[in-house]
Amino acid sequence: MSEHNNPYSRRLFIRHGVALASMATTIPQFIQNSALGMVAQLAGNPGGAGIPQDRILVVVQLGGGNDGLNTVIPFGMSEYYNARPTIGISAPNATAKGQTGVALMLDQQRGLGLNPSLKGLKSLYDDGKLAVLQGVGYPNPNRSHFTSMDIWQTATTGAKGNGWIGRYFDNTCNGTPIPEGSISIGRTAPLALNGQVQKPISFESAELFRWLGKDLHKSLDDPYQQINRAGIVPETTQTSQAAFLMRTALDAQLGSDRIRAAVGKPSLTTWPQSEIANQLRIVSALIRDGMPTRVYYVSQGGYDTHGGQLGSHGRALQQVGDALAAFQKELVAQHAEDRVISMVFSEFGRRVKQNASGGTDHGTAAPMFVIGSKVKAGVHGDHPSLTDLDQGDLKFKQDFRGVYANILDEWLNAPSAKILGGTFAKSSIIKA
Amino acid sequence: MFEDALKPLPEKAFDYSAAVHLLNRAGFGGTPSQARALADMGLNKAVDRLVKYESQPVEPVKADLFDNSIMSPQTDEQREAARKARQNNDEEALAALQRERNRKQAEDRKQIAELQKWWIKRMIETPRPLEEKMTLFFHGHFATGYRTIEDSFHMYQQNQLFRKFATGNFAQLAHRIIRDPAMIKYLDNDENQKSKPNENLARELMELFTLGEGRGYTEDDIKAGALALTGYTFKDDTFYFNNNNHDTSTKNIMGKSGQFDGDGFLDVILARNECAEFMAGKLFRFFVNDSSGDLSKEQKAFILAMANKLRASKYELKPLLDAVFSSAYFYSAQNRGAIIKSPIQLTVQAVRSLRTPVRELSALASATDLMGQNVFFPPNVKGWDGGRSWINTSTLFIRQNVLVYLLTGRKPDMYEWQASDIPFDATHLVDHLRQPDGSVDMASGIEYLLRFNLAQSPSPLRLQQVMTFAKSRGERLDNDRIIAVLALTTAMPEYQLC
Repeated sequence: MSEHNNPYSRRLFIRHGVALASMATTIPQFIQNSALGMVAQLAGNPGGAGIPQDRILVVVQLGGGNDGLNTVIPFGMSEYYNARPTIGISAPNATAKGQTGVALMLDQQRGLGLNPSLKGLKSLYDDGKLAVLQGVGYPNPNRSHFTSMDIWQTATTGAKGNGWIGRYFDNTCNGTPIPEGSISIGRTAPLALNGQVQKPISFESAELFRWLGKDLHKSLDDPYQQINRAGIVPETTQTSQAAFLMRTALDAQLGSDRIRAAVGKPSLTTWPQSEIANQLRIVSALIRDGMPTRVYYVSQGGYDTHGGQLGSHGRALQQVGDALAAFQKELVAQHAEDRVISMVFSEFGRRVKQNASGGTDHGTAAPMFVIGSKVKAGVHGDHPSLTDLDQGDLKFKQDFRGVYANILDEWLNAPSAKILGGTFAKSSIIKA
Repeated sequence: MFEDALKPLPEKAFDYSAAVHLLNRAGFGGTPSQARALADMGLNKAVDRLVKYESQPVEPVKADLFDNSIMSPQTDEQREAARKARQNNDEEALAALQRERNRKQAEDRKQIAELQKWWIKRMIETPRPLEEKMTLFFHGHFATGYRTIEDSFHMYQQNQLFRKFATGNFAQLAHRIIRDPAMIKYLDNDENQKSKPNENLARELMELFTLGEGRGYTEDDIKAGALALTGYTFKDDTFYFNNNNHDTSTKNIMGKSGQFDGDGFLDVILARNECAEFMAGKLFRFFVNDSSGDLSKEQKAFILAMANKLRASKYELKPLLDAVFSSAYFYSAQNRGAIIKSPIQLTVQAVRSLRTPVRELSALASATDLMGQNVFFPPNVKGWDGGRSWINTSTLFIRQNVLVYLLTGRKPDMYEWQASDIPFDATHLVDHLRQPDGSVDMASGIEYLLRFNLAQSPSPLRLQQVMTFAKSRGERLDNDRIIAVLALTTAMPEYQLC
């Protein structure tokens, strides 16, 4: 990998010609700029032969540990209501007890419903665009938010190393990062997108994506651009904090103009008002602009429901469900529906038994959702048993890495075994 | 060999740039003249000045500076009235109660915003920068967020607790934190009862506050620790031990057996070697070097030496901080510019070292939030990850723009800040370079400004980039030109280092 550590300087010239390399010693920052411009264009087709270059994955992260049992309701299992006397969601067509509400019907035969706040997801299900994977987790579950989130994001049970999506890019990009390959909407970029070479772009609002200093005097713009587009200046150690900052500054300049223009355009459809809806709206604008971005990442918090969870959990679910439905409508209007899938996950589910505070504590396996016109809609796998438990928690039925493998192999056409460092029992959610 | 790792810097090696380094790391930077004064003191006195700060007079923090009654619990009469209203389905009374609740919450949200401004102002003005810096360290370490607890006075109380123990005894602070209302509420220990234990505080106490994830404890230890903490709750603004909810059974925790309560549980933890090592590692990242990647052999040795010092002093922090700030290793080239400034560090240091106008405190609070560090609102119980996680392509623009705002008062259209027309007199930065006629040589002035503002020697390329610009704008280094040079310097990627 040593040759990968210096993506912004000499290696580019080696790849793109001796003439550039020999000039690089005299006017480095200028040459680096133009060399990068070339790479950016080449990177539009990062995968090479056979890879559908316009397919997009949108990752939707529910932070805090989403209560899977109150998301997909196993109303057919009486143990569910025994374990959750005051927060168990009533079966469809039953009379609601207290404030719990009545589940939306998902699968009568399997005895499964959706949280009453998930009308948005229900509409996607009825349209044949929602795959529900049951009991997704991993062995020796970790109940720490951060460790478990890192496990999901690195796709390793040791929770160490780079992110799984970052490694996907590292694997396909031949040592050169793909500018704008992955974009996260939010303040801090998630570990999942971090590769050895590939680094994500992230922003919360496109309007904040430029330097104000050039409004002071136009003469400041040129030196500012030189400084921030210089890449790694000579005699900087490649692994140093300074080199990291110089690389990031260059990424920022490259992404700035284009992203601001794309997000400024109005949407084709109307959107609900919520933070997660706004994030997905930005993603839809970037897709419409034809960005070379393959993976988008959005997130929503508020799922750490230790107490009085019925109201707060319902509100969070309603926001994400409605936002996902609106996103799909916008994609249809853009005629982009067939090249985008969205994957919804949380770091863990919650304990089967409710706690004394009308909430639930950290648990293990939970359902995942995958959405799109190209997913095999329906319920996948069996619901975990509510009696055969591991320390009061569900035993997982599907390793999440098998879902990643499925998406890598069959959606992104990337070698999952290499990226994930092993093979896992794969789900089957992508249409042939 | 561990003592070797902490061997002190030779007195004569403590020069001007070392003094700048000390001011930045043990505090939030200082002006050129403050750095010169510190350098003149010599190493020992300079470190004493920062670490033994009690001799510096400071405005005391008053217990009643903020209103403690906004979110105070309902009285028995109010509770009874609410019960009756629900029972009788008295919609009018219920709506009035809801309005009252909304009013209180809105008022409290105003107060937490005031609290943020108050703390940022204190960090900017304090003559005891290390006191505030360690308060900030503990806020990130024992991270507690207002969003969950919704009581600004409890956040204020906790902030005072951190300040009181800033360079005091870590073990004592740990015993106090399990009695802190904000922490108890944040990690649900008010719900932790022997009949229905809640593991949240016990888990984070071991994983994040003392030992480090997975270091020497098991899931069973967490369950036993949770039982030890049952009944640790609070009433209004003070700790309350609810004997009825406390589990008195014998517990096994990490190989020790006893009828542990919360303090007993903590004592078992604090006696473990892992605890001092974990704290040493965190302080190392906060004060010495937060580069990513595996630790080098030398770094490991230094952290071990720090841990030994902490154990030897029975968790007293002053001897450790004194040793770190006096050590040759702390000042070595590999540790200069090896920390990425936190948003608070970036903002407060800019004001303290350049002496820009403060402009709007609310704008500074909003800016630190946009850059990823909203004080009193840490992202989760793990606090802020720090290091490279501060930086991405969007926070980099915000960091550059905050500096433009401080230097000039201009704000981006999107930001809801007050623009400010207070002029910034930057000429004091180059006062010591003035020639007899009062002018400052352009080349030496620019070189000095880059040197002072960048934690590492500026590269020739950067000097050339700024010099080319400055020369194109005339020959005199006047105030406007200094500010232009500062706008460019603070927009350099390496300005984010300290």
